[in-house]
Amino acid sequence: MFSLGDLYQQVIIDHTKSPRNFGKLDPCNHDAEGYNPLCGDQLHIYLQINADNIIEAIKFEGQGCSISTASASLMTEALKGKPVAEFERLFAAFHHMATADMEEAPDEDALGKLAVLSGVKEFPSRIKCATLCWHTLKAAIEDKAEPVRTE
Amino acid sequence: MTFDLASIRADFPILHQEIYGKPLVYLDNAATTQKPQIVIDTLRHYYEKDNANIHRGVHTLSERATKDYEATRDTIRSFFHAASTKVVIFARGTTDSINLVASAWGSANVQAGDEILISHMEHHSNIVPWQMLCERSGATLKVIPMNEAGELDLETYANLLSERTKLVGIVHMSNALGTINPIATMIAQAHAVGAKVLIDGAQAAAHVPVDMQALDIDFYVTSAHKMYGPTGVGVLIAKQAILEAMPPYQGGGDMILMVTFEKTQYNDLPHKFEAGTPNIAGVIGFGAAIKYIQSIGFEAIEKREKELLAYATKLAQAFTGLRQIGTAKDKACVLSFVLDGVHPHDLGTILDREGVAIRAGHHCAMPVMQFYKVPATARASFSIYNTEAEVDALFAALTKARDMFA
Repeated sequence: MFSLGDLYQQVIIDHTKSPRNFGKLDPCNHDAEGYNPLCGDQLHIYLQINADNIIEAIKFEGQGCSISTASASLMTEALKGKPVAEFERLFAAFHHMATADMEEAPDEDALGKLAVLSGVKEFPSRIKCATLCWHTLKAAIEDKAEPVRTE
Repeated sequence: MTFDLASIRADFPILHQEIYGKPLVYLDNAATTQKPQIVIDTLRHYYEKDNANIHRGVHTLSERATKDYEATRDTIRSFFHAASTKVVIFARGTTDSINLVASAWGSANVQAGDEILISHMEHHSNIVPWQMLCERSGATLKVIPMNEAGELDLETYANLLSERTKLVGIVHMSNALGTINPIATMIAQAHAVGAKVLIDGAQAAAHVPVDMQALDIDFYVTSAHKMYGPTGVGVLIAKQAILEAMPPYQGGGDMILMVTFEKTQYNDLPHKFEAGTPNIAGVIGFGAAIKYIQSIGFEAIEKREKELLAYATKLAQAFTGLRQIGTAKDKACVLSFVLDGVHPHDLGTILDREGVAIRAGHHCAMPVMQFYKVPATARASFSIYNTEAEVDALFAALTKARDMFA
């Protein structure tokens, strides 16, 4: 059985209390909003993608539970300065980690620091807290006009 | 009647289990209450011995099922002091009952230029059906404001009432705040301008007595599952003259006297509003739940629940970083709060691992969250079977959560 400590690892608490890349990005050429009506989480993600398809800058703002805040903070840290293709690879790896069988250990080589969020799969009602920022970022990259909703 | 907490706890089998190795502390009673053995046994007995469709069967099982179903109607009439069993309409729950009124009564009585008045602390189920009615009819939805304590502003209420007001919809007890609203005076004021009043009793009916006739209530709605009964069943109780003048809500079996392809003659009350095979087992289980409440008595229930809320409130006031949401003078059973530095949803998860079940979220009352400028609250809600030791367990778990994020 996962303990609470597996979900609320120190890295997550740290990113909750001091989220990285927090605030509005101005100027930006992509942005999107995401909501998790269950928790009342609200997220706005801003991106600057350059001509070479590199995420030059990425920031987020909003309010949410520790899992959604830490997940967004870790995501922006992982993707800043990376090509958009890296987002696609990481999103797939993250999504797999959050919904994989309990026994399956996270692929730390593929996920790096994001693996600290693997504990969410033991808490089914919290998985969408961790994935909201990823779905929102996808909407931003694809310039979706409608806000993302987790339910 | 004396209140025997140990014997009441013994009536609820679900309470006696462990969650993650800790005794279950069930404090989500405002969402749904647990079910006493007598309700579980009644449902089981019905399916094992009496299951049949009601009202038209001439065989023994149908007669037994019909008798028990209709006996519950009388139990409910007496419990709510309704004028007769004709005005006790079974529905799927509070939401279904409000939709029935908004649809059937609303379509016949509300037009463009009319106003529907609800309060700021309504559950979505007493907001959205009226918004839909206003959209259909061109009427206007107006809102009675509340103060920081979570009490309705009665002065503004008096000013909002006018001859344009067709209906006032008020929650008897707020699920998000615990506030008990002064419905007696509010009903009298509404009637003075000719408005009808719907009271949403989903949260109140297990905690405070209701006298339909003394309070002169036009429509009272509630759900069995918040009164120790089964899910999926509830009741609308109304005045006979209003129900008789209303068109039916849904068409189908049981609500008719005679059907030809040219014309249908509708059945009499209460069957006119009960189309289709109802939740027969649920209704009979609802009857058992009400008898259970009656066996304890509201005097004992109110006294005990006040005592427990006072105990929890005292601990809440002393808890550093805790802000109570909803501090009305007249309230019951609900401790809604936010904790500095810990999101309500994280609290919900952390408390669950300590065996403590609370609700975190907007409690289907988003305008209440907007009023207090919080995205969500944590809510502990109490019932007759909760103990002071369980309240202590709640605060021990809150301390743990606070320390984790310190």
